[in-house]
Amino acid sequence: MKKTIFIAAVIILGGLLCDMFEGIHPLGVPLNTQMDDYFLAHALTDRSAQNVVTSMVFDFRGFDTLGEAAVLFTALSSIGALFRDGGKRE
Amino acid sequence: MRPLSVIVTSVCDLFAWFMIVFGAYVINNGHNTPGGGFQGGAIVATFLSFMLVAYGGKRFRAWVREGVYGFLEFLGLMAFFIFGCLGFPNSFFYNSPAISWGQKPLSEWIPYCGTISLMNVAVGFEVIGALSLVIVYMYGSIQMIDTGAGMGGERGHDRYDR
Amino acid sequence: MTDTIVDTPSDFAGNAAYVLVAFLVIMALYSILTQKNLIKICIGIAVLGSSVNFFLVLLGYRQGGGIPVYYLAGAKKTMVLPTPQCLTLTAIVIALATTALMLSLVILIHKHYGTLNVDEIRRLRG
Repeated sequence: MKKTIFIAAVIILGGLLCDMFEGIHPLGVPLNTQMDDYFLAHALTDRSAQNVVTSMVFDFRGFDTLGEAAVLFTALSSIGALFRDGGKRE
Repeated sequence: MRPLSVIVTSVCDLFAWFMIVFGAYVINNGHNTPGGGFQGGAIVATFLSFMLVAYGGKRFRAWVREGVYGFLEFLGLMAFFIFGCLGFPNSFFYNSPAISWGQKPLSEWIPYCGTISLMNVAVGFEVIGALSLVIVYMYGSIQMIDTGAGMGGERGHDRYDR
Repeated sequence: MTDTIVDTPSDFAGNAAYVLVAFLVIMALYSILTQKNLIKICIGIAVLGSSVNFFLVLLGYRQGGGIPVYYLAGAKKTMVLPTPQCLTLTAIVIALATTALMLSLVILIHKHYGTLNVDEIRRLRG
């Protein structure tokens, strides 16, 4: 019974998803590219970086990457706290 | 976890170190080829799981020093923060050295770009430490589960155990 | 910048990649909602995250574009959009961290209850 309800929910969600893809832009023609064109134009001339993606990760959006490193460190700390004694906890 | 056969350990002796070399290549060339600190760090952290599978839990426990990876984590995070502070003349995380020194490359085949490659190395250290410690901790958790087979609780998948 | 909006009717063959993303999302939702094993639920969550990453990279594709690396692009002038790739790189690392934490919690649940079936765990509670 519950499985039937869940399968019906999956079918309805999938239908809504395919309906959403009906109104999306065609593949290969993105709509608003002003920000990306700015990054592509200024990464080499202003910041002298060859790789635009690395330039964005560490330079334009570096504060975001600091938060990402903090997320990784937080997950590591959580796992270390869960398995602190290596099995001798009871 | 018991060790695998002598074929696997021989192949591990030969080829596991190339994983570290390839990861270091991906980290150090992250500023002008696809790749970077996160990807290269993940490649290098694969080395530890390969050692665990090939040599078994006892040798792994004897070989691994957790303090080394904790120090790598600390070093990477602090270096990343300090390289971010290098951009304080303009803003936080700004590539100031590349601006002031211009776009003239230092040599013919290595284009120069400010603090980006240094940040790649810092983030690579951080990811190596984090993922290796995750592998070490999650292996240590296997011994928490009592499966009735004694310590380790897991059989090797070789027919002839050594 | 309304002149860049191309109002072409969407055809099935051009948007087959979107259909693939929809298929992956539906399979992941099916796995999350109907499976009983916690490991299979974790696999479903990982597949859901990967399909979202795939969708993000797909949105940034530009017709005939090269990789956004000047060192390797050569004479190609058009490049794909770099922002979705950057955000996908962030999302992959965060998904890795959450997957590791999720599997650790599954290990603790298996230690505490002795089973991975969610119905068994619900019955054994209290």
